Amino acid sequence: MKFVDEFRDPELARKLLDRIHRRSTRPTRLMEFCGGHTVAIFKHGIRQLLPPNIEMLSGPGCPVCVTASADLDRAIALSRLPEVIITSFGDMIRVPGSYSSLQKAKAEGGDIRVVYSAQDALHIARDNPDKSVIFIGIGFETTAPTIAATILQAEQEGINNYYVLSLHKVCPPIMKTILDLGEVRLNGIICPGHVSAIIGSYPYQFIPDNYNIACVVSGFEPLDILLCVDMLVNQIESEQYDVEIAYRRGVKPEGNQPALKLMDSVFEIGDADWRGIGVVPSSGLSLREKYRRFDAATNFDITPEPSREAKGCICGSILRGVSTPQDCQLFRTSCTPDHPVGPCMVSSEGSCATYYHYGDADGG
Amino acid sequence: MCLAIPALVKSIDGYHAEVDIEGVTRSISIQLTPEVRVGDYVLLHTGYAINVIDEYEAQETLKLLRELSEAR
Repeated sequence: MKFVDEFRDPELARKLLDRIHRRSTRPTRLMEFCGGHTVAIFKHGIRQLLPPNIEMLSGPGCPVCVTASADLDRAIALSRLPEVIITSFGDMIRVPGSYSSLQKAKAEGGDIRVVYSAQDALHIARDNPDKSVIFIGIGFETTAPTIAATILQAEQEGINNYYVLSLHKVCPPIMKTILDLGEVRLNGIICPGHVSAIIGSYPYQFIPDNYNIACVVSGFEPLDILLCVDMLVNQIESEQYDVEIAYRRGVKPEGNQPALKLMDSVFEIGDADWRGIGVVPSSGLSLREKYRRFDAATNFDITPEPSREAKGCICGSILRGVSTPQDCQLFRTSCTPDHPVGPCMVSSEGSCATYYHYGDADGG
Repeated sequence: MCLAIPALVKSIDGYHAEVDIEGVTRSISIQLTPEVRVGDYVLLHTGYAINVIDEYEAQETLKLLRELSEAR
């Protein structure tokens, strides 16, 4: 078993779809929180295959997309400091901040390097002891433990020129925020698969308990997603709401305890600024006092100009599930993957880029 | 961004492991999955194994999928 093709069996998918069509009778609105799910759903054409009474919305689960302009402006300001190397995951480089992007700052002479892993950033720090190497730390609970691991490694190896700008965010508080905003009425949530690989399924329990909304953790193959939708339909039709896991090979209810412990030893919960939503209390991760010497936020003196959003860009309301990319007047006109105006068009998992590449539910 | 792909663990040396991803060999960190053994599949995310894939659960899910697809 290779854990991929087995979960793409078209015959099983067809039968499962028939079952969903037979069993789903009510108007049903589901939100997939994770950008990876948005891509998988579009790539496999799942929206078009579901019965018309099931509506799918995309949520704020793309870490690149939810990074606030003000935080990008800070990253760009850091890149302009002397003797600094900025390291970042690829998508972040092209996201426009208020006035520039890391890509433009690189063209202007900034030493900005794309890395695949935070490990690579640590290597660059090791190889360049006379430079300050700053990693732009984005990502949810899936990624944060890996960044924590590099900070512990830097401490052990006595690497003193490695810094992290922690823009990490955590998922359950923003799910609560979206529900409390009340802008979209949901019946079920497709919970993120790889965030849950770390945090488990228990942290979502408040959603069925307090909001009567079905929750199922899903994997990323077509059968995973169809099983998840089938389980959500079951809960919604029977009005018995709970948190279930459709991705048991990758997610345990208690999560990954060693990873959680490691993350907790380096980071503490703090406030985070979400694009389109604003500052949400207790929804981000900051470095603990003990590791402040690795914190780019406190060790460098920068004063970026006040941030501003691109005119006409509605990424914020797309991230809240209130609008879709087709509602945006810039979509496919002045905003395209080659010339993105907002982050949802830059990230390969952004809603706008996904709609652009795979078309909308009507095949557009 | 939270993309993670299955990778087969070929050898282990401390916190590092050599894995096979569809025929490509890579060195990864297994610091977050200390329980991993050679022959296991892991979920690989940005150079780190974030979980060991549970083969028993995978078989159970496939069994469930077959049962559901046959049920009327």
